[in-house]
Amino acid sequence: MEIFSLTMHDLHELLVRRELSVTEAVRSFLERIQTFNGKLNAYLTVLAEQALQEADRFDNGKKDLTESPLAGVPLAIKDVLCTRGIRTSCGSRILQQFVPPFDATAVEALHRAGAIFLGKTNMDEFAMGSSNENSAYGPCRNPWDLERVPGGSSGGSAAAVAADLCAGALGTDTGGSIRQPASFCGVVGLKPTYGRVSRFGLVAFASSLDQIGPITKDVEDAAILLQAVAGYDRRDSTSVDRPVPDYREALRTPIEGLKLGIPQEYFIDGMNPDVVQAVQRAIQTCRDLGAEIVDLSLPHTDYGVAAYYIIAPAEASSNLARYDGVKYGFRVPDAKDLMDMYCQSRVNGFGFEVKRRIMLGTYALSAGYYDAYYRKASQVRSLIKQDFLAAFEKCDALLAPVSPVPAFKIGEKSDDPLQMYLSDVFTLPASLAGVPGISVPCGFTAEQLPVGLQILGPHFQEELILRVAFHYEQATRDQRPKPAVL
Amino acid sequence: MEYEPIIGLEVHAQLLTRSKIFCGCSTTFGALPNTHTCPVCLGMPGSLPVLNENVVEFTIRMALATHCQIAAISQFARKNYFYPDLPKGYQISQYELPLAEKGWVEIETQRGPQRIRINRIHMEEDAGKLIHDEFQPVSHVDFNRTGVPLIEIVSEPDLRTPEDAASYLKMLRETLRYLEICDGNMEEGSMRCDANISLRPVGTERLGTKTELKNMNSFRNVQRALEFEIRRQRALLEKGETIIQETRLWDTGRNTTVSMRGKEEAHDYRYFPDPDLVAIVIDEQWIERVRGSLPELPDAKRERFMRDYELPPYDAQVLTSSKALADYFEAAVQRFAQPKLVSNWIMSELLRELKKDEKDIEGCQVTPQQLAELLELIDKDIISGKIAKSVFQEMYTTGRSAAGIIDDQGLKQVKDESAIESVIDEVLAENNKEVELFRGGKEKLFGFFVGQVMKKTKGKANPKLVNEILRKKL
Repeated sequence: MEIFSLTMHDLHELLVRRELSVTEAVRSFLERIQTFNGKLNAYLTVLAEQALQEADRFDNGKKDLTESPLAGVPLAIKDVLCTRGIRTSCGSRILQQFVPPFDATAVEALHRAGAIFLGKTNMDEFAMGSSNENSAYGPCRNPWDLERVPGGSSGGSAAAVAADLCAGALGTDTGGSIRQPASFCGVVGLKPTYGRVSRFGLVAFASSLDQIGPITKDVEDAAILLQAVAGYDRRDSTSVDRPVPDYREALRTPIEGLKLGIPQEYFIDGMNPDVVQAVQRAIQTCRDLGAEIVDLSLPHTDYGVAAYYIIAPAEASSNLARYDGVKYGFRVPDAKDLMDMYCQSRVNGFGFEVKRRIMLGTYALSAGYYDAYYRKASQVRSLIKQDFLAAFEKCDALLAPVSPVPAFKIGEKSDDPLQMYLSDVFTLPASLAGVPGISVPCGFTAEQLPVGLQILGPHFQEELILRVAFHYEQATRDQRPKPAVL
Repeated sequence: MEYEPIIGLEVHAQLLTRSKIFCGCSTTFGALPNTHTCPVCLGMPGSLPVLNENVVEFTIRMALATHCQIAAISQFARKNYFYPDLPKGYQISQYELPLAEKGWVEIETQRGPQRIRINRIHMEEDAGKLIHDEFQPVSHVDFNRTGVPLIEIVSEPDLRTPEDAASYLKMLRETLRYLEICDGNMEEGSMRCDANISLRPVGTERLGTKTELKNMNSFRNVQRALEFEIRRQRALLEKGETIIQETRLWDTGRNTTVSMRGKEEAHDYRYFPDPDLVAIVIDEQWIERVRGSLPELPDAKRERFMRDYELPPYDAQVLTSSKALADYFEAAVQRFAQPKLVSNWIMSELLRELKKDEKDIEGCQVTPQQLAELLELIDKDIISGKIAKSVFQEMYTTGRSAAGIIDDQGLKQVKDESAIESVIDEVLAENNKEVELFRGGKEKLFGFFVGQVMKKTKGKANPKLVNEILRKKL
C-alpha cells in the first residue's frame, strides 16, 4: 500500500516502528498534492517547507513519535481555523490577506500532539454552502468525479482525505458541513456535540451551531482526531466542562443489543433510490451485527431547513459585520467617505452567497420581523431538540442517510439556492439540536458515487456513534474502493 | 397653558475592574493608543468573549444599592451597528434579560423627598475612541477603551425638573463611589448621561413626544441642556407646533441643543441573544455574599448621623454627600466628641475654603485630628472662637497644627482679671462721651466697649471675663 493511502493509525505505527521516516511520509503527501491539487483545488495554502522542517524534528530525535498517536502524522486544516502566522482566508476575498496572530485551540491541541500541518483547505466562503462552489478561490472538485462537487462547506478537507492528499483533516460543521462532504467523498466525518470542541479560533459563521470535527479515512482515525481536540476551553464560554472519554477504547465494545432508531422523516419522496438502497443495506448490516432496529419519528424534521436558514444567517449577519475594511482584510482603495468604504469593501469583498445570507439574516432580525422570524425559528429549534430527546428515550442512536442525493454536478444547483438548501434537510436538525453525528461510507450509487450513512447520538455520546460506525465499517471493510479517477 | 416636564435619564458608568469585561486587557486610562488590546477586544476573526466575573459582582452591588430585583438568569445580547470604533460591528450589551430591574433611589427635591424608579441596570462593553488628525483628512482608532466594562442605569420618567435630574445624577454618583465601582468623573467620561425629555400639560396623564439629549459631559451641562430643551419644547407647543421625536446634541459653546438624527434615521440595532456567551446565573448565595460585603450607603449613613450624632437633617445630608467627607467627620468626632460643633466647622470653614480652591476633602491639608485639636482649644478657652478662625486659615494653608500656630503668634487667651481690668479702665477713660451716653440709657454701646477692649488685646482677652468686668465698671 502507498504511504499516502494509509490511515492515520497505520501510518503512525509505521513511523513508530521506524519503517518509515516522517520526512518520507510528508514528502509522499507533498508530491501527491503537487500532482493532484491543480485538478482538485483542495488546498488553498500548502505549507511544504514548514511541514518538512517539522518532520525533520522527529527524524533527528528532537521530538518523540510515541508521545501521541498524532505525532508525525500529516494533516490538513480547513481554512476557517486560525493558524498563527499562516493566512486564514475562510475562502473569502475579504480575508485574502488575513494572518491571525494566534492559533485556534483545536489547532494548538494538534500541534501539541505532534501533528504536522500540510496546509489549509478550500471551503465555501465563510462555510456558507453545500458544494464548495462558493469559494472565492474556485471550486474544489470531487475525487470520484471531477465534474462533481465534493460537498461543502468542508469540501477541501473531505476531498483531500479522499484523494490521499493528507492522512486526515479538520473540518467544521454548522448545518452538515463535515457530514455531507464526507458522504459525497466517501470518507468518515464527525460533527461533535455542540460544546464538545472549543470554537476559539474558529472564524464564526453561526456561533450557536459551529463545531470543529474530524474528517478521516476510517472511524478509528476519527476517534483519534476527536480525542485530541475535544475538551473544555476557558477561552470558549460555550465549551462544556465535562470529562472526555477514551474514544478509541470505546470502539471495542460490540453493538449487539443496542437499539437503533430509524426516523421515518429521513426517507422521503424525491430521494435518489440508490441512496435509499445503500442506507437500507447498512441498516440491515447493523441488524446482522445484533442491533435492534426500531422505527420512530422526529416529527418536526420538516421545519429544520426553515429554522436553520433563519437562525444561521441571523447570526452570520452579525458575525460578519466586523469585516468592514477598518482594521484588516480587504478595503477598497478610494472610497468617498466612511459609508462608501463600508459598502464598497463589503460589496467587493464578499461573494454572492455570503451577501445573500447577510441580507436574509439582517431582515430576520429587523424591528418588526424579529418575532415572526428569529424568535419563531428559535422556538422551532427547541421543538426539534425535543424530538431528539424523545427519540433517545426509545433508542440509543439513530440511523439515517446524510444527504438525499449523492454528489451533484458543479453548477447543477448553484443557480437554485432553495434546491441547494433543501439538500441539507437530513443534516440540519442534528445541528439545531446540538447532538453529535457521524457520516460513514455505506456504498455507492450506480454511477460509482459514494453514499454516507449518518449515525446520530444523544448529546456527548460521541463514543456511542463512533462505536456503531466502527462496527459497521469493520463489517463492510472489503467494500472500500479508492477514487479511480486519479 | 402650564406644562410639566417629564424627564428620564440613561446613565453609563465605567466600572473600576482591573481588566476588561470580556478579556484580560488592562482598563487603565491614559496608556499609549492600542497598547491595551488583544484579539478578543479587537474583535479579530475567531476570537471569543469570556465574561469577567468581577463585572457581574460590581453590577450586583449597584443593583442592591438601588433596591433592584436581580434576575436569576440574565443574558447578553448583541447591539448591531457599524462604526469604526466598534471593532466587531456590534456591541455586547444586555437587552431582553438585563441583570437587574425595578429598583429605586430617593432624592431630595423642592417638593420634598421623591422616589425615582430605576427601570433596569445592565452590563455592556465600551467602544473605542476615534482620533481625528488635525492636519490630514485621516482618522485613527484607539481601541484601548474597547471592552472596558460599563453599566447602564435607566431611570423611569420620574424626574420633573432639571434640578431633580441633577440631584438624581449626584445621588447615583455618590452611590457608585460609595460602592467603589466607578469614579463618577463626568468630565473624563467615566460617567455619562443621556436624557429623555417631554412636556405635557399639567394635570394630564398622556406623555408628550420626547427628545433624547446627548453630549452633556457635566452635571451643570445636564441641567442647562434640560432647561434649554424645556424652553424650546414649551415655545413650540405654545405656538401650536408639534415636537419631533429625535436625538439632539447639547452644544456647550452655543448653549443650545441641535438635531442629530430624527426617528426615521434611528438605528435598528437588531438585538438578539449573543450566542458566544452563556446565560448568567446568579443564585441567592451570591447575592447574599455581595450584600454582606456592601459598605454603608449614603441613605443609611445619613440616618445614622442624625440618630447617633443628633445632627439636623441638613448637616447629615451635607456630611454624607461623599464617603470621604463622612469619614473625615467621624474621625474628627472620635477625637472631639461634640458632633454639632465639628459639623459646624466642617460645613462653614472647611467646605468654604475647599470650594474656593475647587478641592475635594481628599485634597485637604488639615487632618481631622488637627481640626479636633483646634476645637478642643476653643472648648478649653485657650483661644477664642474668633481667633480660632484665623488659626484655621493658617492651618488650612500651611498644614501646621493649631498649637504650633498659637504658640508662635502668642494667641493664647488672656484670662488674668487684673490685666483685663486695666485695659478696660484705659478704654473707659479714653471714651468718656460714650460712657456718658451708655449710662444715659444707650445700652447698645456695650458692644462698642467690648470691641475696643478686644482691639487693645488683639482679640486675646477672654470674652466672658471682659463682659463681666465691663458690666461691673459701667
